[in-house]
Amino acid sequence: MRVPSFLRVERRATPSTRVVLGVSLLAIVAALIVAGIFFQAYGVSPIRAYGDILKGAFGSRLGVTETVRRAIPLLLCGVGLTIAFRALFWNIGAEGQLLIGATAATGVALFSGVPGPLLLPVMFLVGFAAGALWGTIPAALKVKLGINDVITTLMMNYIAIYIVEWLIHGPWKGPTMRGFAYTDRFPAAAILPTIGISRIHWPTLAVGLVLATLAFVLVKRTRWGFEIRVVGENPHAARFAGISHFKITVLAMVVSGGLAGLAGVGEVAGIHHMLLGPTHVSMGYGYTAIIVAWLARRNPLAVIVTSLLFAIIMRGGDVIKVSLGLPFQLVNVFNGLILFFLIGSEILMRYRIRLAPRRA
Amino acid sequence: MGWENWVITTFSRTLAYGTPLLLATLGEIYAERAGVLNLGVEGMMIIGAYAAFSVAFTTGNAWLGILVAAVVGGAFSLIHAFASVTLKANQVVSGLALTMLGLGLSGVLGRGWEGRPLLAPLQKITVPGLSNIPVLGPILFDGQNLLVYISILLVPLMWYILYRTKIGISIRSVGEDPATADSLGVNVSLVRYACVFIGGMLAGVAGGYLSVAYRPAWTEGMTAGTGWIVIALTIFAFWNPALGLAGAYLFAALFHLSFRLQAWVSPEFLKAMPYAFAILVLVIVSRGTLRKRMGAPAALTLPYTRGEE
Repeated sequence: MRVPSFLRVERRATPSTRVVLGVSLLAIVAALIVAGIFFQAYGVSPIRAYGDILKGAFGSRLGVTETVRRAIPLLLCGVGLTIAFRALFWNIGAEGQLLIGATAATGVALFSGVPGPLLLPVMFLVGFAAGALWGTIPAALKVKLGINDVITTLMMNYIAIYIVEWLIHGPWKGPTMRGFAYTDRFPAAAILPTIGISRIHWPTLAVGLVLATLAFVLVKRTRWGFEIRVVGENPHAARFAGISHFKITVLAMVVSGGLAGLAGVGEVAGIHHMLLGPTHVSMGYGYTAIIVAWLARRNPLAVIVTSLLFAIIMRGGDVIKVSLGLPFQLVNVFNGLILFFLIGSEILMRYRIRLAPRRA
Repeated sequence: MGWENWVITTFSRTLAYGTPLLLATLGEIYAERAGVLNLGVEGMMIIGAYAAFSVAFTTGNAWLGILVAAVVGGAFSLIHAFASVTLKANQVVSGLALTMLGLGLSGVLGRGWEGRPLLAPLQKITVPGLSNIPVLGPILFDGQNLLVYISILLVPLMWYILYRTKIGISIRSVGEDPATADSLGVNVSLVRYACVFIGGMLAGVAGGYLSVAYRPAWTEGMTAGTGWIVIALTIFAFWNPALGLAGAYLFAALFHLSFRLQAWVSPEFLKAMPYAFAILVLVIVSRGTLRKRMGAPAALTLPYTRGEE
């Protein structure tokens, strides 16, 4: 691209927080403007559409609580992904890790015989372990055999989907469910408490907030966080510094997969109280969390804000469908656009444009 | 069923399902050879599938549908080219965004198109004379459509261009060492845009093949991860069109054979097979990969700026 002579393009050293925030906001606004064209095409004024979406998210008690409960899985998956992305591991598999976590927790809830008060803690532990295991397989395959992480994590999402499908149609199909493809209902001891009559299962939310903070401390203040960054930014330097690529990648994926697993536990123990079809257990939380983590610039604390933002968009999908009569799929168009504008705008953070000083 | 019938069915189904895999893999090979990883194959395919179906349904002309799918797939891929070549954005994320956008757009646009049968799907042809050859005849020349042959012919053509022509040298050099290519007068951006565009067109056609030939109907999300299998096949093929053919058909054969197990295993297990195969296939070739650093183009995923590095 040619630059007019009175302008000069300069490299920025490190973009300040203000620049990052400004550019991110700009990207989101740009995406919303482009998405507005779709509303217009469907004969709905974009201003009315966005107004309705905001009203749907904040205009009522139900709106607020439904938004927050969607933010919970996005928060957990998103925090995990910031860690994986920092280690430059492309974990596209949070969706599958979430499902496997949900599945493992269901197994514990229905078949383990763990006594009442211990049941939920064990479900969370087992859910974490299952998600972590699902996540470390691609990690090991990448470091030991050089196999592309994007593909393996993605393929394992599909495998997880069919494991759930198989269980609910076959061995775990609930005898009391009158032929529906669900497991039986969880016993009362396996059901998470909620705030009032809402669907906000607060223990999962609390775990998410605590882990976001811990993850922040981990990446900013510990040696391990430093090692993750070195592996991600400069694998050669990491090798010279004696940092084990294998250990760091596997640990990052234990965290990333494990947190996604916890999100799965929350969904079955807090919302559905049973294992059911994979598209009901997760409405694409694992994929949306990729954008959540990216928008947070891989900062675990910032995920608290970005997960809420995307929860609003998901809640907006309900509004779009119910009150505007437009397809829910518009949410994916939204998400895709936002992601494009986000990465497209990163060039604005790396460079700055100024007026060139007049030549003497 | 006699063994002859068994062989005929297996191979002719392999050709039928291998064709979209082959088309999209050839396209991705070109994009990656020029140094651009495009993870948007799934998105480009589903957009192509929708475009082809809607055009074929309204005009009654399946070939017009395929043509439009090529144009739409190519145009759609330019978003990725713009992001990754011009804006130098992260290619992994940009490709993912393209897939999300494609799945979303096709879901929005395709609403109301589901459950409508396509009355005039892509014609199946029987070559007179040749179809009478025992075994080979019924596999190759009876009931396949023209796209199957076109995709096979593309293999030597695309191989020849890549390894034996000046254009091919430009493509490969841009993917291996863009700075040197640039200094020799090759337009790095142009080559990258063109290769991504070719990849988009072929992915669009592959999607169109699914919706107007393989199973002539439109269903939301009908590509069901095929685009991701294409990414795996590109690696499996070591970025070589000839090996792409082998990979696509090998994969299609495995896929078809797994359905012969229907009597013994649950349907969910069979549906999970292709994805497990994709991982397995990469594990199998990984021995060579570590040694040869996968033979991946050296500048794959790296944006190029003149005068830097």
